[in-house]
Amino acid sequence: MKEFGYERAVDAASAVARVAAHPDAVFLGGGTNLVDHMKLGVTRPDLLVDVTRLPFGEVRVADDGGLRVGAAVRNSDLAVHPAVRERYPALSRALLAGASGQLRNLATTAGNLLQRTRCVYFQDVTTPCNKREPHSGCSALSGYTRYHAILGASEQCVAVHPSDLAVALTALDASVVVHGVEAERTIPITELYRLPGDVPSRDTVLEHGDLITEVYLPPLPFARRSTYRKIRDRASYAFALVSVAAALDLDDTGGPAPVIRDARLALGGVAHRPWRAWRAEESLRGRPAVEAVFRQAADEELADANPLPDNGFKVPMATGAIVAVLRDLAAAP
Amino acid sequence: MTELLREAAIGRPLPRLDGPAKVTGAAPYAYEHPFDHPLYLHPIQATIARGEVLAIDTSPAVAIDGVVAVLTHHNAARLPGRDDAELAILQSAEVAFRGQLIGAVVAETPETAREAAARVRVDYEIKPHDTQLRLDHPDRYAPEHVNPSFPTDTVDGDVEAALAGAAVRVDATYRTPWQNNNPMEPHTVVAQWQHGALVLHDSTQGAHAVRTAVAATFGLHRELVRVISPHVGGGFGSKGNTHAHVILAALAARLVEPRPVKFAVTRQQMFALTGYRTPTVQRIRLGAGDDGHLLALSHEVLEQTSRLKEFAEQTAVCSRTMYAAGARRTAHRLVPVDVPVPSWMRAPGETPGMFALESAMDELAVACGLDPVELRARNDPAVDPESGKPWSNRNLVGCLREGARRFGWERRRNPRERRDGNSWVGLGVAAATYPARINPNSAAVIRYTGDGRYRAEIAAADIGTGTWTTLTQVAADALECPIDAIELAIGDTALPEAVVAGGSMGLGSWGSTVLAAARAFRAQHGEQPSVGATARAETPSDTADPGYALHSFGAHFAGVRVDVDTGEITVPRMLGVFSVGRIVNPVTARSQLIGGMTMGLSMALHEQSVLDPRFGHIVNHDFAEYHIPTNADVLDLEAVWLDEHDPHANPLGTHGIGEIGIVGAAAAIANAVYNATGIRVRELPITPDKLLA
Repeated sequence: MKEFGYERAVDAASAVARVAAHPDAVFLGGGTNLVDHMKLGVTRPDLLVDVTRLPFGEVRVADDGGLRVGAAVRNSDLAVHPAVRERYPALSRALLAGASGQLRNLATTAGNLLQRTRCVYFQDVTTPCNKREPHSGCSALSGYTRYHAILGASEQCVAVHPSDLAVALTALDASVVVHGVEAERTIPITELYRLPGDVPSRDTVLEHGDLITEVYLPPLPFARRSTYRKIRDRASYAFALVSVAAALDLDDTGGPAPVIRDARLALGGVAHRPWRAWRAEESLRGRPAVEAVFRQAADEELADANPLPDNGFKVPMATGAIVAVLRDLAAAP
Repeated sequence: MTELLREAAIGRPLPRLDGPAKVTGAAPYAYEHPFDHPLYLHPIQATIARGEVLAIDTSPAVAIDGVVAVLTHHNAARLPGRDDAELAILQSAEVAFRGQLIGAVVAETPETAREAAARVRVDYEIKPHDTQLRLDHPDRYAPEHVNPSFPTDTVDGDVEAALAGAAVRVDATYRTPWQNNNPMEPHTVVAQWQHGALVLHDSTQGAHAVRTAVAATFGLHRELVRVISPHVGGGFGSKGNTHAHVILAALAARLVEPRPVKFAVTRQQMFALTGYRTPTVQRIRLGAGDDGHLLALSHEVLEQTSRLKEFAEQTAVCSRTMYAAGARRTAHRLVPVDVPVPSWMRAPGETPGMFALESAMDELAVACGLDPVELRARNDPAVDPESGKPWSNRNLVGCLREGARRFGWERRRNPRERRDGNSWVGLGVAAATYPARINPNSAAVIRYTGDGRYRAEIAAADIGTGTWTTLTQVAADALECPIDAIELAIGDTALPEAVVAGGSMGLGSWGSTVLAAARAFRAQHGEQPSVGATARAETPSDTADPGYALHSFGAHFAGVRVDVDTGEITVPRMLGVFSVGRIVNPVTARSQLIGGMTMGLSMALHEQSVLDPRFGHIVNHDFAEYHIPTNADVLDLEAVWLDEHDPHANPLGTHGIGEIGIVGAAAAIANAVYNATGIRVRELPITPDKLLA
């Protein structure tokens, strides 16, 4: 392993300045992804700036009734926080669907959001990969693509984003607070992640030195009726084939079925970024909460799906998962 | 046939004697023995699938502080023994598969060695490669025999005529994937040369087998090689024979003699270096009467081997003895490709073969409209169909009936008839079999050490199976003394030679040998021996009775649930009922059997090494991507056995139990999936995408 320096940041401003000034410096959170990549040679930083001791370890109820989650809050702690469990159950379930107990005890909120794809070629330095080594080629495109994208991919990259947490946050209209070199700014999570396009090496819109300090969840009363479901090849410690985060706002007018006042829906395991299902949400609004409506919404969302040779099953699987999740949410007391 | 051992310690549910040492970290695994000033090795592996190394630039590695030596084919010792092509590494510039060992860095720390190895620059002449097992491959051939020495093909009767005349026929092709052995402890070795002699602390299933292979490769007298291996964290066949990493460590240690060189193979490196189960394509044809009686059974197998070295998995051998079909045919064909060398993986042959045969039997039961338990009972042969010998102890039908009773088999319905909430629910059954052999090439020494205590010496292995405990129980009964009067010594070539822990032959072979030594001891020294009294014996030639067909049998029952919307599969219940002779220790036996069943569940639902034919390597080469079950996948799983002993197998009355637990388990799950969904999955693993219908 390449030798590297380690520093513990004392405040956000100096951490940002330190990393911004060193092209090969990176922030260290829980290290559950970064350290693996250092061992594999996927990334070879000169300097790690540890930000886990910065004062971002709290979950606070915001003045507007939303939730402010510190970037260094561990996944395990966030998952069991009473406010999260009660008001954003999709978020709690997404966290608990991720990784393993040991990893969740270490992994931080921001680190989870910035974990990198599990594409097997990205993780193997002996194979070409445009994300790891720009312009070297995409090995996955005509290789092993079971876990790869069916939406929004490019000829340069067909990888998917692995985070479960990010999918739930995408459905819940969350945003991230970023301490940048110049100023602090807030980025809606639906705008944080990029599609690969011609620059697959960039997962997000963040610039070198940008530090996520907080995740903000706006108040969303109907998120109490929200959930997260992850379809995977084994019951634990596996990345999603397809996952669904959803929330339903139902108006029970006494008709044959309640009417969907509003909905939030996001998919994981299908694209380079957590996939907000805007089309499906639009399709659901104002219509009765019945299976045919759910299915039509899923079909509309997936109409542009462009599967690869190994992952055509993701289209019916995502459809089935969306329908099942909405059906269960609608039936919930 | 020698007299059956009377049991006192045998049969007791003794907790593992080495348990406290293991859980407190005091039991040394190969890598953990203390050494003064050890060096650390990191290998250099080929990144092409076939070709030649044109140049290796080691200067960036040598420039790093702490690098002591860089080993390549330029400076490696010439190996006199090159019969085993897998082991004859660094003897030329040729590359036979991606991941092959082409060098190593030896450094003061493992981190330094790893970084230096990454900086070595290798130029290749790349030659075209072919890594794909294809049905129409022009190079397919019939090997001279299949592992270890079974005939490649067998024909008994006129299969085609019998099929043509059968009222009911099944003709189906089944596929099992490339699978890699993944014991919890990856392969590790520490090599140290002193005065021309080599000491290896190795993680192995057989210390003497490693000594034999290493001595032959280096052209050394066997006495000049010592292998020490007291504790091993699993092997599943991958530590049964010697792999090239051991040779690499020994070659590297020669450059830095007398310093010890430690080499812990990484999980990823294991996928190219330490053996794996070949993928198989199996066509099964069954012909039966309306009443389900088999008239014909044909089992034809295509599988791969490495062009570098042949390994022929005995996949169809189970079909030679399993059922009473009048006409039977089995055949094996190999396709040689530019891949790592396949080898043993838990129940080689039976594991993939019985998936196919027992799936086909389930298809036949459907075609005949018969209960699959009843179908198997009707085809239970009175004598071994292959040899014509009487069975020493065949109780498959007893296992099936007992399992059906315990499992609630009567609740089974037709496919897609049971739905619970959003899941299809189904039950499945499959039979298991494994040979009950003895490997008669061990020796044991019994020594009286005073105060009523005896030392039993034999270079047996405990690979997590419980040998430290079970062989102590056998020795206690052999000497008719309490368990705590026995001091067992295993895992060292300084002890009398013992056969490898493999083929489910370990405890029966070692135990019979210890028993022979104990009887020799009593014959020579009586009940009141003097301190230091010693007796030695080899495995008696009449240990197993050649007049009988010796096999274990079992029945697996599985319940599955398949999510209607997403195809997700869960296995809420599995039960295995086994007929395996006398059980030496119910605690360790249950672990072996449910461990095998778990690995069968893993085979059914999870395991698959994915080859990328463009590069020639397994791309999902880590535990995040190569799936084995998690605790959340293994729910209510139980193993029981019939109360019996087999007086013909060996004087302990035991059969080996290390492998039968996996055999047939995957078929039981596949058959349950069919019963739940009506979807017959003939290609493992059964993943949710295959059940989206």
